[in-house]
Amino acid sequence: MTSVPRGAIDCDVHVSVPNMAALLPYMTQAWREMIVTRGTDGLELASYPVGTPVACRPDWRPENGKPGTDLALLRREVLDGFGLGAAILNCLHGGQVVHSEDLARALCQAVNDWLVAEWLDQDTRLRASIVVPAQNPDYAAAEIDRCACDQRFVQVQLLASNEIMLGRKYYWPIYETAVKHGLPVGIHGGSAYRHAPTSVGWPSHYAQDYVSHTMGLESALLSLMAEGVFNHVPDLRIVLIESGVSWLPGFLWRAIKSWRGLRGETPWFTQSPADLLRRHVRLTAQPFDAPGAAEVATILGHIACDELLLFATDFPHWHFDGRDALPPGMPEGLIHKLAIDNPLATYPRLKETLS
Amino acid sequence: MSEILDRDRTQPVRAGIVDCDIHPTMRSKKELDPWLPERWRAHLAEYGHQVRIPFTSGTQYPKSAPATARRDAWPPNGGPPGSDLDFLREQLLDANDIAFGVLAPLSAAARNTDLGAAYCNAVNEWQVENWVRKEPRLRACVTVAQDDAALAVAEIEHRAGDPNFVQILLPSKTTEPLGRKRYWPVFAAACAANLPIAVHVNSVGGGYASTAGGWPSFYLQDHHLNVHSFQAQIASLVLEGVFEHHPSLRLVMIEGGFAWLPMLAWRLDKAWERMRGEVPECRRPPSEYIREHIWFTTQPMEEPEQPDHLRDTLGWIGWDKILFATDYPHWDYDDPRTAFPIRLSNAEHSMVFRDNACSLYGLG
Repeated sequence: MTSVPRGAIDCDVHVSVPNMAALLPYMTQAWREMIVTRGTDGLELASYPVGTPVACRPDWRPENGKPGTDLALLRREVLDGFGLGAAILNCLHGGQVVHSEDLARALCQAVNDWLVAEWLDQDTRLRASIVVPAQNPDYAAAEIDRCACDQRFVQVQLLASNEIMLGRKYYWPIYETAVKHGLPVGIHGGSAYRHAPTSVGWPSHYAQDYVSHTMGLESALLSLMAEGVFNHVPDLRIVLIESGVSWLPGFLWRAIKSWRGLRGETPWFTQSPADLLRRHVRLTAQPFDAPGAAEVATILGHIACDELLLFATDFPHWHFDGRDALPPGMPEGLIHKLAIDNPLATYPRLKETLS
Repeated sequence: MSEILDRDRTQPVRAGIVDCDIHPTMRSKKELDPWLPERWRAHLAEYGHQVRIPFTSGTQYPKSAPATARRDAWPPNGGPPGSDLDFLREQLLDANDIAFGVLAPLSAAARNTDLGAAYCNAVNEWQVENWVRKEPRLRACVTVAQDDAALAVAEIEHRAGDPNFVQILLPSKTTEPLGRKRYWPVFAAACAANLPIAVHVNSVGGGYASTAGGWPSFYLQDHHLNVHSFQAQIASLVLEGVFEHHPSLRLVMIEGGFAWLPMLAWRLDKAWERMRGEVPECRRPPSEYIREHIWFTTQPMEEPEQPDHLRDTLGWIGWDKILFATDYPHWDYDDPRTAFPIRLSNAEHSMVFRDNACSLYGLG
């Protein structure tokens, strides 16, 4: 197995807010009282229940508390373990999906301040995505403005499936503001559960919800293309996080064909999905849904773009064992790009703060 | 079934191709009158089908062409595309040397399943009388109101053994994922009747948004994202253990694409490996059930940027599971001469264009 190059940049590391009490110091007195009085707690995202085997590698599960809450373990297993130059923290939190947009704003602000104090200030290799209340794009834009002065925030983080599709003009203030600060927008697999997880309704099992995350990401990507977001915000960069990757060729083949046949309906959709993808979109490389080296190599041939993939462990999620953080079959020449060059090109703030 | 009218349909196929997706339409709704009880004719006139969209007529996403059809598929007699058997013979069957064509009548799934069952029964009679008995190359699908399993089973049992019918037709968007136990009686009846279950794309199902993130704005999106309904159905069928409990069940996925299948199978295998404790009825890697039990029609053909890449995908799926289809008379029709962007070997061509369908449907 090929090893991860020293100084690699891990573009998807998950940390978790242990509980609501951890956020209280980062809230106003009014919100603290509201939350304590009402007993508001929990709000773990149903897209990633912490107890499921995929949510945490057995040897990365801390003895106490939730996965992704132990800085020492993160240092040992990931930062030191892989000899990383930097790691981008993606904190998934219920504040992204609660129905009240005001509660959402209070929670997301607290999560971002907690990220700074509890993580970014503790290890110079850490960077983070800004958690935003997409329920109200004006609030989200204001939160981006508030956090962006800290250069350690390198990305804006959204969930794939929300109230309405991500390409809709409703969300454009988020993209405009991200670009204003030179921040890519990371879209992470998962759902606000405003709609059934699939177009055929509610499955019986979490495993089906999990498998369907790729569909949510594909749908979000096609929405961004079809609504003309990349025309309106030409400098927008999208990072699809934890997407599974191998769906990409099949998606493109169909998207290109549909676009050729149907683009009269969307006159602003002027560039082929393949061109939009290669210009504006990047994907984290873990998980890479393919069984072995031969299939990975073939899929990479279909993708035919060395700039597209970003190294990620997806810590603490369980996709690989031991040190095998690189998908099997990754050609030698691609590994340095994946681990260092592509992340630096995708996240301009990394280049500025790591040099 | 009639011994006189229903001629021997077991002639071996030596030439010609099999088209696994042809859409017959009605010149007017009155065509069903001979088989639809007066109660339901009146109901339809007064209340309509009541499907799960905001309109009583038209489609929720305006299509790309009138009647979603090829511009040249309007018959000279003035009826809608797919409504004139003579024109269909000339434009489709004769022109393409089609030895067998499988009909897939599309109709809205009424929320009232009593109406749905009566309507499906009438559509099944209509297929036989107006199409299959008049044209020996055509075969019918048993349409059923799958949301009421008892009524659906009764319709399947009624058609079992009738050589005019070669499969049972379900929509790709259902009220619940197809693996749920409410649908298992339909699978048991299909196995008992030795008929495959075909799942044909539809855009309106149980009223759920087309994506977990809501409704698309455009037909371009809705049309593309229909493939996800097939992916969700396969995940449901496999993980719920449907193929363990119905080992002779065969499924045919129609007009849902196929390039996504290898990725889905790999992702399912990995998820199953990690979470099999949650899905004990799925006892083997999901890809094994998929490889054994599911067939895929080709239209609309996937078109890779590099045509040769299609060969990787077809190899992963298995050439023996690929069935050619035209989707006549719809706008995205695939012409058998030009549909494949790659050159098939003679053996591959025979399998995809004829032999796979003949063995699946017992046509030759």
